[in-house]
Amino acid sequence: MIRDKEFETLPRQALEAIKLKRLQDLVERVYATVPFYKKAFDEKGIKPDEIRSLEDLQKLPFTLKQDLRDNYPFAMFATPMEKVVRIHASSGTTGKPTVVGYTQKDIDTWSELMARTLAAAGTHKGDIVHNAYGYGLFTGGLGFHYGAERLGASVIPVSGGNTKRQVLLMKDFGPTVLTCTPSYALRLGEVAAEEGVDFRSLKFRVGVCGAEPWSENMREEIENKLGIDAVDIYGLSEIIGPGVSVECIEAKQGLHVFEDHFIVETIHPETGESVPYGEPGELVFTTLTKEAFPLIRYRTRDLSVLNSEPCKCGRTLVRMGRITGRSDDMLIIRGVNVFPSQIESVLLDRKDVDPYYLLIVDRKDNLDTLEVDVEIKEEAFSGAVKDLQAVERNIEKDVKDLLGVSCTVRLVEPRTIQRSEGKAQRVIDKRKL
Amino acid sequence: MRVEQISVFLENRTGRLAEITRVLGDAGINIRALSLADTSDFGILRLIVSDNEKAKEALKEHGFTVGKTSVVAVEVEDRPGGLNRILEILSKEDVNVEYMYAFVQHSGANALMVFRFDDIDAAVKVLTDNNIKVLEGKTVYTL
Repeated sequence: MIRDKEFETLPRQALEAIKLKRLQDLVERVYATVPFYKKAFDEKGIKPDEIRSLEDLQKLPFTLKQDLRDNYPFAMFATPMEKVVRIHASSGTTGKPTVVGYTQKDIDTWSELMARTLAAAGTHKGDIVHNAYGYGLFTGGLGFHYGAERLGASVIPVSGGNTKRQVLLMKDFGPTVLTCTPSYALRLGEVAAEEGVDFRSLKFRVGVCGAEPWSENMREEIENKLGIDAVDIYGLSEIIGPGVSVECIEAKQGLHVFEDHFIVETIHPETGESVPYGEPGELVFTTLTKEAFPLIRYRTRDLSVLNSEPCKCGRTLVRMGRITGRSDDMLIIRGVNVFPSQIESVLLDRKDVDPYYLLIVDRKDNLDTLEVDVEIKEEAFSGAVKDLQAVERNIEKDVKDLLGVSCTVRLVEPRTIQRSEGKAQRVIDKRKL
Repeated sequence: MRVEQISVFLENRTGRLAEITRVLGDAGINIRALSLADTSDFGILRLIVSDNEKAKEALKEHGFTVGKTSVVAVEVEDRPGGLNRILEILSKEDVNVEYMYAFVQHSGANALMVFRFDDIDAAVKVLTDNNIKVLEGKTVYTL
């Protein structure tokens, strides 16, 4: 179902005109209100009034995650704090999180885009939405919550965790729409089976899944095991949260980007040059309508392919394919963003191991596992089992404290992990998505 | 009254143990006693050998992680209850045994055991006070 017939099915020409008008307004606004952008534009020698066509977007500088960290916490905000009604932050990164702000109008825009998202997945007034995305600083829980309310559906704000109780509520409340990560959808199916509940006999009709990469195989598994349609959504807190793009239930072939609010580009991750539709590249977004936290050409590091062919659902919005990987080495483990360099920093702080390591990521019983193989230092080897086990436990604790992710540490012999020759392989991801 | 034991860190990998015995054999080193402690992801091989320095050198040369630890070699009467008598004495005197293992060879008519104690000096005193024979390192290496 299409919630906003006017904007979601605009003829391309009209849509391009709206995009350009909004882009010109945006560029004026950030140049005047965000010192970071004034400096970045000046360095590139570009003035806001030089943006005369959508192609001129390519003259503008990129925004990197590091830029957001450098401007922690609020220096990228384009409105005074008293206009900011909500703050969210990215999960699980070391040191400073990425902070994003919303004005009341931003919250309204976001709620509307989430209502569009849920509608595209076949949700409507009268549905009961079991929302198992985490509530809090993470944008997933509240994003879906506001969208479902805006749509007129009933929301169960169950959040993550306590899976057995979730199964009880699913049985008793009869929700029709499941919103959670794809791996948690499968986990719910397993726990339901353990509790003697036949998931397929529940009232669920559709699952709206995202926040982690998944695959067509996983979709099939979810659809077969849970007896629902599963659609893919995409978003990131920097851009707005969930609600950037969604698959339509009619086609389930690529995610429609809400282009009246976000300009999407694909670029070559190394050269930064624009990549044509149909070829894989890194997704870059420009937020057209956000007030508190607008971003110009934000590099997501997510790899995808854009497709401008018309869709049978009637939307004229460009589609992005499933995320196929990252242009950096970030891992998503149980929904938490993990960079190998963060693990390395833990190992560098210790005197009993050398910072030569291998991360082995796997998925067991639908839960991600992380194993850290690291070389014991010769001097730290005492010959006692308990000393070595203590080293393992201590590193596990340090990783948990820093990243919020549990791991298993395995000590290996010195000089047995591959040394860097150009690019050392630091990660083995065995997850079959 | 201390005997030097060498320990080798071992990943649980096929053939790793054989590499150690090959290195020692090639270096002409005789293994007097050994024990293998293992956990789910690594092991520690403990050895009493004929020539500690030479063994350590050879193993390190082949990339092994080698540590050394002091242990105590104790004569145990080779008859039922022989070991128990010693352990009862240690227990009564509150001396904790971390681990122990046996020699292949006898010392005269007696069996020979290697003990690792938290407090070696206290343990040796308890043993000698109770007329239990503790062997010198040089005796043990050339047994």
